[in-house]
Amino acid sequence: MLHLVLFLVFGTICVAGAINLLVQSHPISSALSLVVVMASLAVEYLLLGAEFVAAVQVIVYAGAVMVLFVFVIMLLNAGVEERTKGSRVALILGIPGVLAGGLLVAWVLIERTGTATVGLGALPGFPKTIGNLLFHDFLLPFEVTSVLVLIAIMGAVVLASRPEPKNPEKES
Amino acid sequence: MVPVSYYLILSGILFSCGVIGFLIKRNIITIFISIELMLNGVNLSFVAFAAQWQHLSGQVFVFFVMVVAAAEATVGLAIIIAVFRTRETLNVDHVNLLKL
Repeated sequence: MLHLVLFLVFGTICVAGAINLLVQSHPISSALSLVVVMASLAVEYLLLGAEFVAAVQVIVYAGAVMVLFVFVIMLLNAGVEERTKGSRVALILGIPGVLAGGLLVAWVLIERTGTATVGLGALPGFPKTIGNLLFHDFLLPFEVTSVLVLIAIMGAVVLASRPEPKNPEKES
Repeated sequence: MVPVSYYLILSGILFSCGVIGFLIKRNIITIFISIELMLNGVNLSFVAFAAQWQHLSGQVFVFFVMVVAAAEATVGLAIIIAVFRTRETLNVDHVNLLKL
């Protein structure tokens, strides 16, 4: 009962944040709504027992990634977005299509999963067990992601750095 | 006890909100935020399935999704900064040519 109540409360907060993200026209409001969604998702992970995933969700997603977003929004001085013709076409054609697709996927998932239920903290994901799995069974994917992160760092540095001036003598 | 399908429905709602935001938003940063929302919805379904089948692989996969999302956000925001520097706009409708 407690599980269901907590799920409903934080699920409602989550959906409200997601809808607020769509309604707001200023990017900073959308980014802060996404923080609400991520924080309430962390509670949902806790309800399922995934403690370490919940901590990482708060630290990495709601912390690091969203700080990066907010920094870029403030750096570029992004204002209220303007509506154009293309977005209205997407509004008329896109939303019914997405809703139909979402309903279809939801129906298939519910048919397949049936009436399976999960209890409070159904599968405890302690850091020790997760680490055992990560460094034994998933060692190769783990190493590949380290290469991916290295490439991403170099790509970000190259892309975001200012282009070098054409004649360095004149500039100095 | 909560049915697993409730978690899947919540995850589907979040994913659909992400797709709608991706379609109707014109600000390139908000489009990026919508992509993050989609990834979060998928992560929730991973954790729910992990709890249903009592297998921790689902939770480990969430980490890989998070790493890919972080790398994607870094490179994408760097591209946004580069685009803004050359075009002085964040509206995707004004960024429709590869050359300047």
